[in-house]
Amino acid sequence: MDMKSKINEAVSFASDYFPMILRKPAPKFVTESGNPVYGIVAEFSETPKVFKAAKQVRDAGYSKWDVHSPFPIHDMEEAMGIKTTKLPLMAGGAALTGLGIAVILQWGTSAYLFPTVVQGKPFEAWQPFVPIMFELAILLTAFMCIFGMLALNGLPRWHHPLFSHERFMRVGNDRFFIAIEANDPNFDPIKTKQLLEAAGGTDITLIEDIS
Amino acid sequence: MSDIHPDQSTTHRVAGIVTGQPVARRQPVIPGSKDDGTLVEDPGLRAPLVLGDRSFSEVTDIVCSYAEAPLPKIWLAAFTVAASVAGIANVMILYLIITGVGVWGLNNQVDWAWDITNFVFWIGIGHAGTLISAILCLLKQNWRTAVNRAAEAMTIFAVICAGIFPGIHVGRAWMAWFLAPIPNSNGIWPNFRSPLLWDVFAVSTYATVSLLFWYMGMIPDVATLRDRASLRLHKGVSRGFKMPMPIGNGLALHFMPKPDQLRVFIYGVMSLGWRFSSRHWHRYEKAYLMLAGISTPLVLSVHSIVSFDFATSVIPGWHTTIFPPYFVAGAVFGGFAMVLWLLIPLRMVLPNFSDLLTLRHLENMAKIILLTGTMVGFAYAMEFFMAWYGANEYEFAVFANNRVNPAQAPYWWAYWTMIICNVGFPQVFWFRKMRQSPLVIWIVASAVTVGMWFERFVIIVTSIHRAFLPGEWHMFFPTWVDILTFVGSCGIFMTLFLLFLKFLPIFALSELKIVMPQSHTDDHH
Repeated sequence: MDMKSKINEAVSFASDYFPMILRKPAPKFVTESGNPVYGIVAEFSETPKVFKAAKQVRDAGYSKWDVHSPFPIHDMEEAMGIKTTKLPLMAGGAALTGLGIAVILQWGTSAYLFPTVVQGKPFEAWQPFVPIMFELAILLTAFMCIFGMLALNGLPRWHHPLFSHERFMRVGNDRFFIAIEANDPNFDPIKTKQLLEAAGGTDITLIEDIS
Repeated sequence: MSDIHPDQSTTHRVAGIVTGQPVARRQPVIPGSKDDGTLVEDPGLRAPLVLGDRSFSEVTDIVCSYAEAPLPKIWLAAFTVAASVAGIANVMILYLIITGVGVWGLNNQVDWAWDITNFVFWIGIGHAGTLISAILCLLKQNWRTAVNRAAEAMTIFAVICAGIFPGIHVGRAWMAWFLAPIPNSNGIWPNFRSPLLWDVFAVSTYATVSLLFWYMGMIPDVATLRDRASLRLHKGVSRGFKMPMPIGNGLALHFMPKPDQLRVFIYGVMSLGWRFSSRHWHRYEKAYLMLAGISTPLVLSVHSIVSFDFATSVIPGWHTTIFPPYFVAGAVFGGFAMVLWLLIPLRMVLPNFSDLLTLRHLENMAKIILLTGTMVGFAYAMEFFMAWYGANEYEFAVFANNRVNPAQAPYWWAYWTMIICNVGFPQVFWFRKMRQSPLVIWIVASAVTVGMWFERFVIIVTSIHRAFLPGEWHMFFPTWVDILTFVGSCGIFMTLFLLFLKFLPIFALSELKIVMPQSHTDDHH
């Protein structure tokens, strides 16, 4: 993606929150009714077909597109060219944070803040602190795994242009969809549609962004 | 030997939206044979995990249609009973708090009895869910997909029941905040060197992580329920609101919103706007794998730490190093028994569920019961052996005189109930016929559940009812409050489980679809 469209995207994001300061950039494509175009959606009925089509879309050089499937398809990351997520790194950071909190909480209170004599045990012995260090590290890692995953996915989000497409409601059941966004620099209403048709998609529909 | 090849391809058919209807099975059990393809013993063939040659939308229908059907009468009846029993627990807890722990049968010698027995019993049951989701996930045991959702739900509800008891047995329940890692009004912090505080951290971490794990697994399936309700509203085929009546048809209330409207809203909020995107799936799978990775040591740590409550004390019968592994094996054992105890009746009552939860699943779980039951039996034997070999006469007396010998031990019947239920009953699973009979499995599961309760009772009460001086010896007799609190906690557990059964996806839909042959990306079936 070039610099200009990156800036456009940032401005568009900020203008949702500060509409009185920033004006939303004009959409690249609008429909006859004047609504901006979200993108084009094609439907597939079988796993191998959507897998092959995803490879074709990737090879055509698109970057802002997605495959929607009722279950995670094996090796789809490769077929779509998705980079591995940073989530494990973030979870590792959370684990160290949890460990640190446990260390401070236990040493700080038992050895410095309020040393209490219990059965004559040394105040700063590390052995009894291990279980809570372990538990807090696990707890924060779990929080990062789930809330970090949701944050990277941009969820929770109560609406999405795709939800206005009636056929899309079967995505959780047995249908597969490829959606190419109009924000993509390569997007062209006619050429993109032809690409999806050639890849075997059916019920190819233009989706409006009404929000 | 079956002639169904498990990798048979399926013709895709566009199924209409049918709610509350059982889906007819296209490939019934082979005539004249009990073998439906799940029990193939040929190692070259993989047993199919979903039977009946199902398509994706049929599996969706089987799982979702039950949650979407009007409240069945049998469910309402069961719920009424369970909720009433749960109400008893509430009354008992209230009575305990306003009167004091004297309403229980505790005395100076036996100051931990049914309360802690129930706590350890429930927390032990709460181990199977995470074990199935986490450890079996890491071991790539695909058969777990049919049972993991229900087992995880059971885990959460068991941990809720477990959490009640330590909270109320402290005597003054309004002082329960002393458990939290904050200084009290004198500026004194809790003692971080005490296993009881480790237990607070372990159990609360376990409850939080299992709840998150369960919820995260449910997000896509709840989104499926949301989309189906939304689609019915779009097509105008939604039913109106009907108040269920004990006899006859429901009472139609037109001013109420349609159930599907409520579903779209509630499932919509719960599914967090999930849209089945592959970019999301990628991070979701990574997160799931990591959660499985951290839950595995967590689940092993929780019951180890619970066992530290006993093992770090100097009371004969408690002060043993075998406790952590012994408790963990017992927890897995009791948890699997409870999963089977709940799922086998469900499999008979609900339409088509036997295609998703096959005999192969039951057989695998029976094998785990046999394995862990034998481990528990080994632990019992080892404990006894060490009491003799360790040459500590008090330790040996706890075993010989407090537990085993009917002539000496007043609680001999509890000990022998435990041995027969936990070590005796599972031995029938050495036979293939027994492992493949749901009725036999259910009976063994019931026995194991009873036996595991007695195991905790034996560990706790028989160890402390006779201290070093005979003058301190006391028996423990439960009062009616003790008994009704335990019965009530079972009611709480069943109430929560019934609610889950009716309103949430009982099977992990998206995971079931992964193990179906149609999910493969290559054509050659």
